[in-house]
Amino acid sequence: MIVELGHFSLILALGLAFSLALLPTIGVYQRQPRLMEMAGSLSAGLFVFLLLSFVCLAYAFWTDDFSVAYVARNSNSALPLQYKMSAIWGAHEGSFLLWTLIMGGWTLAVSIFSQGLTLDMRARVLAILGALTIGFILFMLLTSNPFDRTLPVFPADGADLNPLLQDFGLIVHPPMLYMGYVGMAVPFAFAIATLTTGRLDAAWARWSRPWTNVAWAFLTVGITLGSWWAYYELGWGGWWFWDAVENASFMPWLIGTALVHSLAVTEKRGVFKSWTVLLAIFAFSFSLLGAFIVRSGVLTSVHAFAVDPERGMFILGFLILVIGGSLMLYAVKVSGIKSEAGFDWTSRETLVLVNNLLLVTATGAVLLGTLYPLIYEAMTDGKKISVGPPYFNAVFVPLMLLLFAAMAVSPTSRWKKTPLIFFTQQWKPVLASLLIVGALVWFLGSSFSGVVVLVDAVALWIVINLARDWWSKVANKAQKLPSLLRQTMSYYGMLLGHLGIAVALIGVCTTVYYTEEKDLRMAPGDVVSLAGYEFRFNEMRKVQGPNYVADQAEIEVLKDGVRQTLLFPEKRFYEAARNMMTEADIDPTLFRDLYVALGEPIDGTAWAVRVHYKPFVRWIWFGGLLIALGGFTTVLDRRYRAVKQARQASLTAGVTV
Amino acid sequence: MKFGKMKPQRRNRLMIVGLLVGSVGSAVGLALMALNENINLFYSPAQIVQGEAPINTTIRAGGMVLDNSVERSKTDLRVNFVVSDMQGANVTISYVGILPDLFREGQGVIARGKLNDQGVFIAEEVLAKHDENYMPPEIAQTLAENQKKRTANFQGTQL
Repeated sequence: MIVELGHFSLILALGLAFSLALLPTIGVYQRQPRLMEMAGSLSAGLFVFLLLSFVCLAYAFWTDDFSVAYVARNSNSALPLQYKMSAIWGAHEGSFLLWTLIMGGWTLAVSIFSQGLTLDMRARVLAILGALTIGFILFMLLTSNPFDRTLPVFPADGADLNPLLQDFGLIVHPPMLYMGYVGMAVPFAFAIATLTTGRLDAAWARWSRPWTNVAWAFLTVGITLGSWWAYYELGWGGWWFWDAVENASFMPWLIGTALVHSLAVTEKRGVFKSWTVLLAIFAFSFSLLGAFIVRSGVLTSVHAFAVDPERGMFILGFLILVIGGSLMLYAVKVSGIKSEAGFDWTSRETLVLVNNLLLVTATGAVLLGTLYPLIYEAMTDGKKISVGPPYFNAVFVPLMLLLFAAMAVSPTSRWKKTPLIFFTQQWKPVLASLLIVGALVWFLGSSFSGVVVLVDAVALWIVINLARDWWSKVANKAQKLPSLLRQTMSYYGMLLGHLGIAVALIGVCTTVYYTEEKDLRMAPGDVVSLAGYEFRFNEMRKVQGPNYVADQAEIEVLKDGVRQTLLFPEKRFYEAARNMMTEADIDPTLFRDLYVALGEPIDGTAWAVRVHYKPFVRWIWFGGLLIALGGFTTVLDRRYRAVKQARQASLTAGVTV
Repeated sequence: MKFGKMKPQRRNRLMIVGLLVGSVGSAVGLALMALNENINLFYSPAQIVQGEAPINTTIRAGGMVLDNSVERSKTDLRVNFVVSDMQGANVTISYVGILPDLFREGQGVIARGKLNDQGVFIAEEVLAKHDENYMPPEIAQTLAENQKKRTANFQGTQL
């Protein structure tokens, strides 16, 4: 009964989404404030029914209702409760319900926090979000309904959640990622709404910016968590594979990064308007493309959902409709947009343009590599290929180094025009960074690598320039601390974000070059040394988990004969799904991880064992989180609150008059 | 129209467009070059047996792991196994390292590596899929084609 209620409320939500798309739009074109005002309550209703639907599915998981096909496929009575709940988004249908619920959440948030928008604009934005939600709900109802029953015959117990997904990482990774993907719909809706009005002004950028930054920050968190999860859960010790699905999340992030920067310039200087609108359209289009890649199974990927061509066709159709429609609108409306200001080629505007060009080029390169197997197959009559990480590294890394160089000089640049001497003086910090990093690598590194020195010096250069810029804000002020506090939150967001890039850059480069790893056969008593540590394989034992049995190894780590830690990697056997799974054990510290994973039993008491020494690997995710924190920080800027207060003031003024 | 006589604004715009076209063009060119050096073609067991696959070139091969074909070394992590298209075409794959969790006999795998002149595939990487119900499209296609052939043959004998 509850399950049918969930299904029913999804259908009601579809009705509300239709109303949200239509009624305010009619209101806008017939100038009926009452219809326009309905957008708010319709958004709230839409969210409530989506939430109800989601809660009903959660209830089905809670009560082990295996007559629901989705529950039967992805849960089991022995599954711990927290994983029963995260199993809701453990596979295609439920994860799309979460996606749609989050869409409803963003729509509600826009309706709540957009009180300061003009009634007309608010109605347009919410109607567009409603129209997108129609597509999402229809997709679920027509091709992937999580509430489908298998009555009258249903299994006595469920097939269990994929063991790889029974993990904290999966509880948090998809919601964060979807907050980012779906959040990109908000700047998209603002862009389309503004195009329909034809008034593309700085106010639009100011409205769009906090939403974009938050969505982008969520996407950053989602990708960072995904990388961390892959590292500790897949047992390979890698943190990025250039897999089609990873690329699917990375492309909207790259475009989103370009958008975040170009929006800032549009807001401050009134230039790049039409370009920014285009980026907003593409950021969301790439989110949809990502959904298509993940859910259609057109590409070979390590984490594709179970495949159904019908779903692929639906999303492809939706994608074409959204991209085609919005680009058509763009083509018709964009010619009226004029920049308000010019700028010199030495200006900060130019640097942001360079940033955008490089990010868009990088996105194009990633897109080409991701879709090339499809293109090749079509061109060569069915020949299958894969594009390996070497391609992505060869194209992506040089572009990013250029980008980081532009980023390093950006704090010294000025709007409109920068005295050339500001740039030529940069040889000082560059030389200082090279010398400092060179010396560090010389004394601390196990071997000297020019690439590490170069890349880490770029990171240090970024940090030095950020610090100098920060200091310059207070250097000639009498009261240092208050003037630091007076800097805008946008500024601090930028500092954090760029600092995060430097931290992640150091992490990536150092890990790549100084990781030591060995795959070997070990029997109890065997010792292997790696990077100055000795790993002694003490014993194997059996461990019983809630829904699995495991072979657990005890591995003692010694340095200079002193015990550092004990590691307990496991090989788990999940009974319900009859799945084997590797559970690595890691000794993490700020400067290095020791990583041990079990392969398979070889014969007798010997096992295949994978041992890694990974210096600075934590810095990658720490940097990612700093970047996200930067994104969230910008939203606290007083400027965005001030607008609201001003509008409210003018509203109250209007009332009193 | 002479370049020097253009309005400065228009000249700037032209320069920017030229710069854009140039940089995007060279980026695409470089990307395509990198792409052509880094694609790995997929060959089915039948194609490898018939000698269609190049030797000492990185390619991918895949199929079902034959039952009772997995042999492990007693001293290191070398493992040999046979992948098949279940139609009689078999290729021996040799790999040193740790196999993925979902690797097992009777399951589909894809390996990336090089074919040596004895016809043994020396794998650098072996992939099995996370989702057991998921079949790599390459393998699904190979199996489906065989299925079709088999049905066709069957109908042939009937007639």
